[in-house]
Amino acid sequence: MKIFGFQIPSVFSLLIWAGVWEVIGQLEWVFIFPPLSGVLIELWDLVGTNAFHKASISTLKSFCYGMFFAITGGVSLGFFMGRVDAANKLLGMWVNIFASAPLSSLVPVLILLFGLGQTTIIVTVVLFAIWIITLDTLAGIKHVSPSLIEMGQSFGASRWNLLYKILFWAALPEILAGIRMGFIRAVKGVIIGQLLVSIIDFGQMFATFSRNLYMEEFWALTLVLFVFALGISSLIGEMEKRVEYYAGVRD
Amino acid sequence: MAIAEQNTIPLAAPTFSDNNIVEVKGVSKFYEPDIQALLDINLGFPKGQMTTLLGPSGCGKTTLLKIIAGLLEPTEGDVFVNGQLVTGPGPERAFVFQDFALMPWATVLRNVSFGLELRGMAKDERYEIARRYITNVGLEGFGEKYPHELSGGMRQRVGLARAMAVDADVLMMDEPFSAVDEQTRRQFQEDLLNLLSIEKKTVLFVTHSIEEAVYVSDQIVLLSPRPGRINKTVRPDIDHAASSDEIRRGKNYLDSVEEIWHELKGYLE
Ligand SMILES: Nc1ncnc2c1ncn2[C@@H]1O[C@H](COP(=O)(O)OP(=O)(O)OP(=O)(O)O)[C@@H](O)[C@H]1O
Ligand SMILES: [Mg+2]
Repeated sequence: MKIFGFQIPSVFSLLIWAGVWEVIGQLEWVFIFPPLSGVLIELWDLVGTNAFHKASISTLKSFCYGMFFAITGGVSLGFFMGRVDAANKLLGMWVNIFASAPLSSLVPVLILLFGLGQTTIIVTVVLFAIWIITLDTLAGIKHVSPSLIEMGQSFGASRWNLLYKILFWAALPEILAGIRMGFIRAVKGVIIGQLLVSIIDFGQMFATFSRNLYMEEFWALTLVLFVFALGISSLIGEMEKRVEYYAGVRD
Repeated sequence: MAIAEQNTIPLAAPTFSDNNIVEVKGVSKFYEPDIQALLDINLGFPKGQMTTLLGPSGCGKTTLLKIIAGLLEPTEGDVFVNGQLVTGPGPERAFVFQDFALMPWATVLRNVSFGLELRGMAKDERYEIARRYITNVGLEGFGEKYPHELSGGMRQRVGLARAMAVDADVLMMDEPFSAVDEQTRRQFQEDLLNLLSIEKKTVLFVTHSIEEAVYVSDQIVLLSPRPGRINKTVRPDIDHAASSDEIRRGKNYLDSVEEIWHELKGYLE
């Protein structure tokens, strides 16, 4: 962000927006924007409550289970499509559709199938995250230089060796990029899932807050989830940096 | 790999001797019904010698090398190595790649020992062998470096060390020096010849450079434009005991270069 030609560090731009929020809140223009200070105080209280702890743990569980299935499933599917042309032809279109479709509209169907519980949330997370992981893994596999594969074959690599000694490492930068985007989508998935199920965890809290117009609590919870999503994304970004050194020099 | 007997009319009666470690018999290759890369190749590669495939771009040199390596299946014909029918890659053959084909996530040491790793050799043992070849190709002290920290010429030395480390009888090199500069290339040619004089390998070499072919080869096979056929075999008969300058000024060297240039010029018309 630039003001009068000066480069403002992003921390400051964050502070400026916080200030704007506070002022709007204090002016009491719109009731859905309470002052930021109030939200932060509420946040402090909220984080201490039992309900919050329970919801956090349960959400984290859904998230981790979901991501586990999304990563194992997405990476395997990407490998499979990358190595078997017929599979790619058969599934490619569907994976692409799912990767860009508005999946929230499917959650009600999931509720019908899996009920109003954690299973639905986990399936939602998988559904949100798996396709982008599949696509990125596929791109990574397709990107592996043919001569690296021939090298493996010519030195007698078995199919399995080729897979985990060459293809996996060669595709790792793309796989990690996919997982990072998968994580961000999974955060969306877990929140949307909970909102729509709305009788458990954060979904229930959100439902209560917005039904009763507890705007400070509502924003406090939103902030927490937002920070959580950012934290995860930058964590994976760090991991990606560690393989970046060879992502650029591969070709 | 079915052989269609009726359609195969040998252009020249193939002559094979026990001396040949690799024998190519009636090999043709179609990539698609209308893309024929090779036409009835009959060729023997004498044991312990360096044979170079030379020909215009797209004449099927890489294709032939990959068929011998067992990386590609011929449409017709067979390849024998040590009298055994080739059905895939084997431990008696090792490939040096034009683009090096090094694993960027692995150190030089691991790259060089990779062929041995795939054979299940214990770590200490394979690293010891790899270190020896790293020294032999002139990369002593670079074992812990990563490929992107090396120059192109050094990377190809890694590729060469990897191929030597598995102790294959036959080394196959597809334009190994095309990605390095001329100076490095000449140095490399001499180092290669020195190494080979100690290790006694059979080398199948592909290059675009007539001078390089004549300088390093015992036998040069000229291929015609696509579909590749064998047009001529030239034996430069160069005494590699002589110095590089003497060789390049010698009569045999110059005559062979001239003869090959004359032949290749014919394809341009
Ligand atoms: N996978 C493929 N599919 C279709 N055609 C191919 C394929 N690979 C090679 N060809 C064709 O077969 C012919 C021989 O190719 P090859 O790579 O063996 O030639 P080359 O002699 O090695 O050429 P260069 O000197 O340029 O390396 C070329 O005309 C090429 O276009
Ligand atoms: Mg070629």
